[in-house]
Amino acid sequence: MAQVKTYIRSMRGWWWRDPYFVRYMMREGTSVFVAIYAIVLLVGLLRLTQGEAAFNAWREALASPVSIVFHWILLLTVGYHAYTWWKVAPKTAPDIRIGGRALPPMVITAGGWLATIGTSVLIYVIVRWM
Amino acid sequence: MADKQTIKIEVLRYNPEKDSEPHFQTFEVPFTHDTSVLQGLQYIKDHLDGSLTFRWSCRMAICGSCGKMVNGIPQLSCHTFLRDYYPGKVRVEPLTHFPILRDLAIDQTDFFNNKLPSIKPYVLPREEKPLSAGAYVQTPEQFHKYYQYSQCINCLLCYAACPQYGLNPKFTGPGALALLHRYNADSRDRGWRERAELTNSEAGVWGCTLVGYCSVVCPKDVDPAHAINQNKVNSTLDYFGVLKFLMPRGGA
Repeated sequence: MAQVKTYIRSMRGWWWRDPYFVRYMMREGTSVFVAIYAIVLLVGLLRLTQGEAAFNAWREALASPVSIVFHWILLLTVGYHAYTWWKVAPKTAPDIRIGGRALPPMVITAGGWLATIGTSVLIYVIVRWM
Repeated sequence: MADKQTIKIEVLRYNPEKDSEPHFQTFEVPFTHDTSVLQGLQYIKDHLDGSLTFRWSCRMAICGSCGKMVNGIPQLSCHTFLRDYYPGKVRVEPLTHFPILRDLAIDQTDFFNNKLPSIKPYVLPREEKPLSAGAYVQTPEQFHKYYQYSQCINCLLCYAACPQYGLNPKFTGPGALALLHRYNADSRDRGWRERAELTNSEAGVWGCTLVGYCSVVCPKDVDPAHAINQNKVNSTLDYFGVLKFLMPRGGA
């Protein structure tokens, strides 16, 4: 550090400073809902190991109005998190080159979305008709 | 100059000998279609207040000296034009997350004396060859592996875009870590192992939470966020001891 008096600015409220930081905090914040939803599903798995009655009780709890409202919130927040997840995926992906040229970030994001939508449709088809 | 339009430039002033904290001062500056924010500051220094302190050199976005916060966004002031802010005003502040020395000049010592040397920003030859053996050759494909990261001009805009650096100045930060990757990715360099201790540490890649703003503000498209996050994967593989099997060069 320089041997003169300097002024250090405060970082207080930094996430409001730029819309980019607000979106970053929303991305990180919505990950909490992803964790909550994972716990809901894990509880279901636990109840399944405890027998049919326990599993049906879990399913009944899910069908309550409070649970349905809560699941709408989960759908929105997890959906937003998925959107941000694929948006940053090109930054976390390895350096992929085709014919010496870097793969456009759009391709990675679109690939992620295709995989998400494909898996969701597949699961829905399996659960609904099989 | 009389018939030109004028714009208000609000500049953060700080005189370490007099002020306990910085304050804004507004200047009315004439401008034309091609007047940069830097030229606006130069007008202030030449005609309105000679005591205004700021750094600049090349005025063509290659030296990396004139980075400022322009309306809250880290930008090269020579690469930002007053016309784009008119009829509004322009607010110019020193790059954030750095201590202010005076007015718009920040203290860059932490980057140049600590961060940059810590990543060993030079090629550590994979094999020492005598001069008579000729140059270290490289294919265009090997060259393109690091070329983008070698475009860094040390302008520090990415540091001003990185809240993790602002919150914890021990974090090596986007610019230096992108340069670390530039040398690791160079086929002539010994690579990973030489810089592994820093990369793997909390001050290394794990201090990054992928805010990603560094890559947005970079005037040279270096993409520090991508460099850092590729090395989080490498660091993880190194932790589990599998990296050396995956990296073709010198024990990874």
